[in-house]
Amino acid sequence: MAGLLLEVVSLVTSLATKSGKLNAVDEVSFKIDRGQSFGIVGESGSGKSVLSRTIIRVHAENRIVSTKGEIIFEGRNLLSLPEKEMRKIRGREIAMVFQNPMSSLNPVKKIGEQIVEVLIQKLGLSRTDSRYRAIELMNSMGIAESEKQLSNYPMNLSGGMRQRIAIAIAMAPEPKLLIADEPTTALDVTIQGQILNLLQEQTNKFNTAIILISHNLGVISRYTDRVAVMYSGQFVEESATAELMKNPMMPYTSALMRSVPDLTSPPHTKLRAIDGMPPSLLETPQGCRFQERCQGVRDKCFSEMPEIILNGGDHRYRCWYPLEN
Amino acid sequence: MLKYIRRKLIHLIPITFAVTALSFFFVDMLPGDVADAIAGVGTDNSVIDEAAIEEIRKDLGLNRPVIVRYFSWLAGVFTGEFGKSYQTGQLVSEAIAIRLPVTLQLLIMAQFLAVLFAIPAGIITAYKAGKFTDKCITTITFAFLAAPSFIIAIILAFLFAVTLNWFPATGYIPFSEDPLGNLRSFTLPSLALALIEWPILSRVLRNDLIETLQQDYILMAKAKGLSNFYILMRHALRPSSFTLITVIGIQLGNLISGAVIVESIFALPGVGTLLVNSIHSREILMVQGIIVIMAIAYVIINLVVDILYGVLDPRVRE
Repeated sequence: MAGLLLEVVSLVTSLATKSGKLNAVDEVSFKIDRGQSFGIVGESGSGKSVLSRTIIRVHAENRIVSTKGEIIFEGRNLLSLPEKEMRKIRGREIAMVFQNPMSSLNPVKKIGEQIVEVLIQKLGLSRTDSRYRAIELMNSMGIAESEKQLSNYPMNLSGGMRQRIAIAIAMAPEPKLLIADEPTTALDVTIQGQILNLLQEQTNKFNTAIILISHNLGVISRYTDRVAVMYSGQFVEESATAELMKNPMMPYTSALMRSVPDLTSPPHTKLRAIDGMPPSLLETPQGCRFQERCQGVRDKCFSEMPEIILNGGDHRYRCWYPLEN
Repeated sequence: MLKYIRRKLIHLIPITFAVTALSFFFVDMLPGDVADAIAGVGTDNSVIDEAAIEEIRKDLGLNRPVIVRYFSWLAGVFTGEFGKSYQTGQLVSEAIAIRLPVTLQLLIMAQFLAVLFAIPAGIITAYKAGKFTDKCITTITFAFLAAPSFIIAIILAFLFAVTLNWFPATGYIPFSEDPLGNLRSFTLPSLALALIEWPILSRVLRNDLIETLQQDYILMAKAKGLSNFYILMRHALRPSSFTLITVIGIQLGNLISGAVIVESIFALPGVGTLLVNSIHSREILMVQGIIVIMAIAYVIINLVVDILYGVLDPRVRE
């Protein structure tokens, strides 16, 4: 069941902030096939969350957002769709799991009500049917005593359980695309694996494509088919996950890989963090945006911005002097 | 929960004690007393007969020190005796019992109307925060906020009673006699109170809603593809109504003073008018009786507000 599901073309998302307008997502293009799992990795502030929220067109209330480019989902450009049409797609064709299950579930609504409302409104189920379906869904998410949980409030559940509920809500309509924005960052390390496995199992079951956003390369390498590295609003490298892990071309990618702590290294080994900070999106430098932190930087990097180019196969990167492996 | 209610009711004792003591001494400090009123001091053709007034004071026990009078009144309260009017001999409890339903109905109808205006206005202004609609409604709310209740009452009476003749301008019809007439006679007074009340409620709701709309769970509700109206009503309203409930409770108390004015403009025989008249004629026991009722009402309203917190938010219940 392959085939193109989503194509993002030269997407620019600008945010109006107090200190000026900035492009949180800057000329990003990529494609996702049906059932594919696509990882986006990057530091905080690199634009991964804004990118994912632009796709589903849900932004924080107080943000003034403008977009350019195209997001073609099953042949339709989501950016030019009227809000009413977009709402039909949201939570039905494209669903989303948020980072912090402590705050993404409504604290004053019963768990059952929060699942059931999607089943009723998005799938047109009756109240009784949706109740049964909710119990079924919760069972398949590995939630114990699911019938009892229906009348519980989020505060009665642990973070891991809440995230399972959030996944149940997202997967209820068997969407074609699931956006998981750092779904395990707020959770205990021991729970992270369980949640990621659950996401993988559920998306495989319904051939749902997933955009998995994380700052953790380890997570990305285990759970995705393709991966894009995001830096300062841009995609700086993108390829099949195995290829990227083996042959990173962009110095940022390899620096990111080196900074993952290694369990096999002896105690007190210094963590190899990347020095410096990403440039402010309000005044991006001329040339490559990684120039300040790059160890292989040369003159050209300061004067001209490298385009993201295809190197043979389908490995793309944005660098004048790619690493030789 | 029961423990909590009991604790709150125990609070009632020191509160009543403090409030009644204060009001007793304050009313006593006013120049003149009920003996003067009975003897007609202050009326045009009165001949001041000090001896006669002193005689009246002695009869009523007013010659005792204020502390003694306060405690003898307080002792009466604990046995259910609130005393009686010095001038007419009517029991304080009876006078209040007749008038309390009028004031209660006025306050409840006023608060109901205020909430009825405030909730939609609060929701719309929060949803359209910063936009034209918000600015229009906000301007209107400030206009009402600035207008004193008696001005609004007089304008309402002029417009709807005198000019349009839709509602009676004055008078009170008991509910048992004519339910519809009763509601009609209460419409303008309660509207006058509601119109000064709703802007505050609407502002409070707007602020809380704006904050709620920034929450992750609202973003999540949007990502679920729910409609804005549904999200506002079913996801955002409830967690945003805490301050609203609190302010409704506090304002219910404050409305009592508004009721004094509105009751006299529309000639409603309520507790408000009784209070004003009693202060004028230095009927200290009548004033005390009303103060006790008001103190109890405050405590009960606050208790109900506290209970409502738990109803609104399961996290409070724990």
